Amino acid sequence: MTRRTILAAMLAAGFAGTLSLAAPFGAAAQDKIKIGYAISKTGPNAGGANITQIPNYQLWFKELNDKGGLMIGGKRVPIEVIEYDDRSNSEEAVRAVERLITQDKVDLLLPPWGTGLNLAVGPVFNKHGYPQLTFSAVTDQAPALVKRWPNSFWFLGTSQQYIDALVDLLTKQQKAGKINGNVAMISIADGFGIDLSKAARDGLTKAGFKLAMDKSYPIGTQDMSPLLSEAQRSGADTFIAFSYPPDTIAINDQAKVASFAPKVMFTGVGTAFPLFPQRFGANAEGIMTLGGWDPNNAGTAEYRKKHVAMHNRDPDYWGSQLGYVSLQMLEQAVERVGKIDRAAIVKELQTGSFDTVLGKIKLVDNMPPKGTYAYIGQWQNGFFTGVAPAGANMKEMVIPKPAWK
Amino acid sequence: MMLSLPVKLIGTAALVALLACVPMVADGYRLSLAISLLNYTVLATAWALFSGPTRYVSLATVAFFGIGVYTVAVLGEVLAWPLVLLIALGLGMFVALIVGLATLRLSGVYFVIFTFGLAELVRQLVTWFEVNITRTLGRYVFLDVTTDQIYWQLLGLTVLVFVAGILIRRSRLGLALRVIGDDETVARHIGINTTAAKVALFVLSASFMTLCGAIMAPRWSYIDPAIAFNPVTSFQVLIMALLGGVHRLYGPLLGVVPLTLLFEFLLANFPNHFSILIGIAFMLIVYAIPQGIAGLLEKLTKRKGAAS
Repeated sequence: MTRRTILAAMLAAGFAGTLSLAAPFGAAAQDKIKIGYAISKTGPNAGGANITQIPNYQLWFKELNDKGGLMIGGKRVPIEVIEYDDRSNSEEAVRAVERLITQDKVDLLLPPWGTGLNLAVGPVFNKHGYPQLTFSAVTDQAPALVKRWPNSFWFLGTSQQYIDALVDLLTKQQKAGKINGNVAMISIADGFGIDLSKAARDGLTKAGFKLAMDKSYPIGTQDMSPLLSEAQRSGADTFIAFSYPPDTIAINDQAKVASFAPKVMFTGVGTAFPLFPQRFGANAEGIMTLGGWDPNNAGTAEYRKKHVAMHNRDPDYWGSQLGYVSLQMLEQAVERVGKIDRAAIVKELQTGSFDTVLGKIKLVDNMPPKGTYAYIGQWQNGFFTGVAPAGANMKEMVIPKPAWK
Repeated sequence: MMLSLPVKLIGTAALVALLACVPMVADGYRLSLAISLLNYTVLATAWALFSGPTRYVSLATVAFFGIGVYTVAVLGEVLAWPLVLLIALGLGMFVALIVGLATLRLSGVYFVIFTFGLAELVRQLVTWFEVNITRTLGRYVFLDVTTDQIYWQLLGLTVLVFVAGILIRRSRLGLALRVIGDDETVARHIGINTTAAKVALFVLSASFMTLCGAIMAPRWSYIDPAIAFNPVTSFQVLIMALLGGVHRLYGPLLGVVPLTLLFEFLLANFPNHFSILIGIAFMLIVYAIPQGIAGLLEKLTKRKGAAS
């Protein structure tokens, strides 16, 4: 044989060998419940995953361990957690989830972070029938996705629902004569900014508002002052920025320097992060974004206390509570079914009613119905308070936003 | 002893047939791993087709891969699959031709930087277009392409890239490219049209990368520029090809297999230390086997031959 053929043979053997290596350990009687997840521990998604998602997982695991595990068939079964890094990469995420299912043979899967990765792993979750309770994905495709993947749940809902709430709120303020009909809008040129600005453009125009400014800016933009001074000149009382955390901070910093204080100031992701009031102190007052909590809700207050006790920081005021809610619901669904029967668990999640930190929740079309949680919130007295959609547990919006100090 | 051509052909055919059976026996994860191996095999071999003989280090892999991915994202649901692949191929070749003509006169580090910039440029153009014209970023790709079919298409593409490699090496083009790699000035002086040769090979290499992206795209159901044009892909392909050795057609494969498995092993067992460990592994590789695995194996077999 020539060298070349030897090599070819070696490669073939190696290739075939790797595919049959690592025979999985037999899944014996249910003496423990394996819970697996792949999440972005490195790469561009790591920041979001670390603020909204991983702390909730850790909190839930700790509580389960303290209790002695999941209550299954009348006894506590301890949990075992398997965690992988998807490196913020779709292909890695798909493979890691497949590894969890077919190699590690996990009983339950938790979702990855973000819209893109949740959609990438959606087909795998669906193929193997694992419930997928996402709480860091906002997509207008959610209703269509539920039809395609009935095992998928979208706790953050659609961008449309947030925009509808925002437009209603602004319309009310305009009718009351608090703001004029001009809106200045800027948005980041990425999924979040494009989806929301598109929905807002349609919604605001339909409601009779005029977009005095409508600009997008690329990811990584640090100098916001040209955009801000244009917004200031536009004469709009309402300023909306669909921004990501670094630019959210930059916009508020630079607006303060320029003394640009519109009557309504709405900025994007990051505004509801715990670091926001730490950085801006009293200046955070009146600033709005997506999310929001009910200051009188004992359930979320208790959740916040547990979160702070374990992680030494507040949860974020948008996705975090829904993440915890989704885990509570998963736990209750599993315990009601009484065994790891994933089809029955999915069915229970779709139809059951659950006790959560947000009160009783019954999903409609695999999403929490309107009124379950705030879509739009505002910093009021140092608390990120829910102000829309209108409902019993919402506070009045503070207008105008106080001047920068 | 030398095997005769028919024996080699039969052997290769048997090997391909064996590999084609993988989806029937492998579970979801192993099939995924096999797809990953084939994906990088195509990319690294295609990379080495051009960069091996010419010694132009290209970081544009993901530019072409991403063009393939995006073509599927845009056209996947409106056109028949073979047509989508053909359009992707056409686009990839077109971009490679333009880029090749414009830049292959650059050499050394300028070329490296340019190709890295190219991937970013294509990504920004796509983003600009999506933001300002279509006003959507992030496209949903729901195609009835199964994982098995993706695997078989990749296997077919792997065979094609090797066939292309063998044919080129035996052709005048291959000889011309080796001369260019050794000394471009000499090549020009002996009458080789160096630009034409380089552009031709660059386009060929790019067309395999584009097809590879198009074939992989249906796996992810959601595609945005960050996913399609992830610069890590370019670096990973480069490292795999260099580890394997670029002076042999099978060289990159020798890098793809161990590195893919190493990534997999580290990710599965040390998810929190992956970046550090992979960095250490790269340094060890560069210091210990600068000639690549193919070079190492040749040295070993030669020594054994001399001893017997």
